[in-house]
Amino acid sequence: MSANNNSDLHQVSNRLAYNAMRNWKERLIEAVLLAAAAVSVLTTLGIVYVLVSESVSFFASVSIVDFLTDTQWTPLFDDAHFGIMVLISGTLVSSGIALLVAIPMGTIIAIYLSEFADSRVREAAKPILELLGGIPTIVFGYFALLVVTPILQVILPGLPGFSLLSAGLVMGIMIVPYVASLSEDAMRAVPMSMREGAYAMGSTKLYTAVHVVVPAAISGLAASYILGISRAVGETMILAVAAGMQPNLTWNPMEPAATITSFIVQVALGDLPHGSIGYQTIFAAGLTLLLITLVFNILGQWLRAKYREVY
Amino acid sequence: MQIHDTPALKAEARNLNFYYGEAQALKNINMPIYDKKVTALIGPSGCGKSTYLRSFNRMHDLYPGNRYEGEIRFFPDNTNLLAADVDPIEVRMRIGMVFQKPNPFPKSIFENVAYGLRVRGENNKRVLDDKVEHALKGAAIWEEVKDRLPEQAPNLSGGQQQRLCIARALATDPELLLFDEPTSALDPIATGAIEELIHELKKRVTILIVTHNMQQAARVSDYTAYMYLGEMLEFGKTDEIFIKPQDKRTEDYITGRMG
Amino acid sequence: MKPLTNEQIRAVIAKGKFRDNVFKATGIFCLALALLVIVALIADMVIKGADRFTIDFFMNFASRRAKDAGILSAWVGSLLVMLVTALAAVPLGVAAGLYLEEYAKRNWITNVIEINITNLAAVPSIVYGLLALGIFVYQFGLGQSILSAGLTLALLILPIIIVSTREAIRAIPAMIREGSMAVGATRWQTCRYHIVPYAMPGILTGVIIGLARAIGETAPIITIGALTFIAFLPPAPFMGEPAAGLFDWVMAPFTVMPIQIFNWTSRPDPAFEVNAAAAGFVLMAMVLSMNAVAIYLRYKMRKKIKW
Repeated sequence: MSANNNSDLHQVSNRLAYNAMRNWKERLIEAVLLAAAAVSVLTTLGIVYVLVSESVSFFASVSIVDFLTDTQWTPLFDDAHFGIMVLISGTLVSSGIALLVAIPMGTIIAIYLSEFADSRVREAAKPILELLGGIPTIVFGYFALLVVTPILQVILPGLPGFSLLSAGLVMGIMIVPYVASLSEDAMRAVPMSMREGAYAMGSTKLYTAVHVVVPAAISGLAASYILGISRAVGETMILAVAAGMQPNLTWNPMEPAATITSFIVQVALGDLPHGSIGYQTIFAAGLTLLLITLVFNILGQWLRAKYREVY
Repeated sequence: MQIHDTPALKAEARNLNFYYGEAQALKNINMPIYDKKVTALIGPSGCGKSTYLRSFNRMHDLYPGNRYEGEIRFFPDNTNLLAADVDPIEVRMRIGMVFQKPNPFPKSIFENVAYGLRVRGENNKRVLDDKVEHALKGAAIWEEVKDRLPEQAPNLSGGQQQRLCIARALATDPELLLFDEPTSALDPIATGAIEELIHELKKRVTILIVTHNMQQAARVSDYTAYMYLGEMLEFGKTDEIFIKPQDKRTEDYITGRMG
Repeated sequence: MKPLTNEQIRAVIAKGKFRDNVFKATGIFCLALALLVIVALIADMVIKGADRFTIDFFMNFASRRAKDAGILSAWVGSLLVMLVTALAAVPLGVAAGLYLEEYAKRNWITNVIEINITNLAAVPSIVYGLLALGIFVYQFGLGQSILSAGLTLALLILPIIIVSTREAIRAIPAMIREGSMAVGATRWQTCRYHIVPYAMPGILTGVIIGLARAIGETAPIITIGALTFIAFLPPAPFMGEPAAGLFDWVMAPFTVMPIQIFNWTSRPDPAFEVNAAAAGFVLMAMVLSMNAVAIYLRYKMRKKIKW
C-alpha cells in the first residue's frame, strides 16, 4: 500500500515537474511573441527619436521663426534660407489637386458599388481597384511625366514639362482605390434595415444612398478621406518625377515646385556628409511632414468619435 | 347575415404564391383586407406572415431571386400591386411600413418625419412644419419631442423611436399601413403606447399587422388571419377566431399547445 | 394639403429614376476611367519599351549608352532586398499578430501596441527612409547596404502582415481553440498545430500583398542613399577571390528596380525613356502578378473554407 502510494506520489511529482517545464516554456514563448509585437512600438519611438534629435541640432542653427516665415528655401546655397512654407505650399497644392480627383471619384465608385452594382459587377470591380492601388508609385510618376503631361500640354499649351497639376492628377488616381474601398466598406456596414426603411418610404436608390446611407456611414467616409489625405501629403515619387524639384513658393498648380517629400529625395540623391546642416534639413522637413499627417489623423480620430455610428 | 356589417375592401390577395429562389414561402393565399380596419397576421415563426406582409409594398423586389405569382388587388383603383408594369416605388409611396426594430434615419427628428415628404419633392418649409407636427401628433409623440426637433433621432428611447417611425410613415398619408411585429423590440409600457396608437390610427388608415403575440392580436385587431407553413389556414373576425377557431391547428396555436 | 395624385407621384418617381440613371452612368464612367488608366499605363510601357524586351536587357548592367543599358543589377538587387525583407517581416509580423490575437490581455500595453500599428500604417513611407538613415545606416553602422534596405522595407510592411495575420486568426472559430485546449494542449501547442496552419492562407495573402508593396517602394530606399548606378553584383557566397562569406552580400551596395526606373525617367535624353518603359513594365509585371496571386488565394480561400 505504502509503496504504491510512494510511486503514485512520484508520478505526480514527475507530472508537476513536466508541467512546470511546460509552463516555463510557455512563458518564454509568450515573451518572445510580445517582443515581436513591441517592434512596432520601437519603430514609432525610433521615428520620433531620429526626427526630433536631428531636428534639435537643426534648430540650434536655424531659428524656428525663420523656418516658418522665410519665403525662400535654399538650404544648400551659400546664402542659405530655410523657409519651410516653400515646400509646404507645393505639398498642399499637389495634395489639394489629388483630393479633388480622389474624393469625388472614390466616393462615387463606393456608392455605385455598394448601392447600385449587382454582385457580378462588384466582384469584377474590386480586383481592378486593388490592381490600381498596387501599381508602384514610381510607375505612376513615369506615367505622369511621360504620358499625362504631354496630353495636358495639348489642352493647356502654357503648361511646363514639370507641374504640380500633372503630378496631382495622377496622385489623385492613385488614391482613388483607397478612398473607394474604405468608403464602400463603411457603407456596406450600414444595416439593411436602415435602407429598407428608406425604400419603404418610396425613395429611389440615389436618394436612399445620399440621404440615408451616406449620413449613416459618415465617420467611415471621413476616415477614408483622412487616409487619402495622408497618402497625398506623404506621396513622394510621383512628385519627385513629375513636379520638378525646384523650391517655389506658389499656389499655382500650373507651375513646377518642390514638396517636402521631393526635397528629401533630392537631398538623398546627392552626397551630403552625415551631421552637416543639409543632412539635418531633411529630418526637419520629415518632422514637419509627420506633424502634418499627425494633425490629419487626430482630426480623423476625433471625427470618428464624434459621429460614431449608432445603429 | 347583415350586409351592412361587411366593410369596404381596401386590398385583396388572390392566389398569391411567393418564392425565395426555389423555395416556396407563400402558398396560394386568398384574403381580404378591409378598409379602416386592423387585420392581424398570426402564426408560428417561419410561417410566412412577414413574407406576406412585405409583399404588399414589394420589399422583396430589393433582393435578387425573389418571385411573386398571383395578385394583390388594391382598391379603390383595383390595381394589381404585384403586376410587372406597376412600379414598386409607386406602391411604396401609397403604402407605409413600420419595422420590427425601430430604424430611424441618422438625421434629426424633424428630418426623419419630413423624409417621405422630401422624397415626394416637397421642400416648402411651412408645409413641412405643418405636416411634421400633424404626423408627430398622430403618432402621439408630439408632446415629448416638440422642443427637440433638431436633435438626432437615434438618441430617442426605443419606444419613442418606434413612434417616430410611425410618424414618419403617417406623414405621407398612406392608404395602408404595414406593421411588422412593431413591439417585439419594446418594453411593456412602450408596447402599450403603440397598441393604443394603433387603435386610434384605424380611424384614418387601414392597418395590417404581423404579431407573434396572441394577446396583442386579440387587443388591437378587428380581423385575424392564422398562417402556418406558408398557407393561410383561417381568416375571420378576431372575436370569432379567438373564441371558436374552426381549424384544430389554429386552436392549438392560440391555446399555446404549439408555438 | 391633399395627398399627391397618382400622376404627380409618377412624375416624382420618373425624376428620381432619371437621377438614378445619371448617377449609375457616372459610377460606371469612374470605374471605366480607373480601368483605362491601368490599360493606358501598361499599353504605353509595352509599346515604348518593346525594343528592350531582350535577354540582353535583363543580363546587362546599367550603362551610359541607353541601348546597352540593362537591369541586371536592379532585378538582382530587388530580389535580394525582398529576401531580407521577407525573412525579417514574416516571422515578426506573424508573431506579433499571434500575440495580439491569442495571448494579449486587454490592458494598456495591448492598447498602445494596437493604436501604434494603426498609426504606423498611415506614416508616409519616406519617413521610414529617414528612420533607417538615422538608425540603420549610421547608428547601427549597416551602411547603404542590402541589409539596411531590407530591414527598412520590413518595418514598412509589418503593419500589413500583422493586420492580415490577425484577420486570418480571427476567422478561425473558437471551437477549434477549445477543442485543442480540451485535450490538454498548451496555448503554444494550440497555436503551432492549429491556429497558424489554419490561418496560413490568410497570412500568405498578407505577406504577398506586403512584399508587392515593398518591391515597388522607391522613396525610403533612395533616402537611405542607395546608389543609382551599379555595374556589379553583390558577392555570391564562396565565389570570387578571396572567396566571399555566406552572408557578405547583405552588406553590399546595390540598386533596385524602382530606383533604376527613377534614374532613367529623370534623364533628359529620350533614349532612356525606352529603358524606363521597359523596366517599368517588368516591375509592373512583378507587382501585378504578386497581387494577382494574392487575390486568387483569397478568392479560393473564401470558396473553400466552410466551418
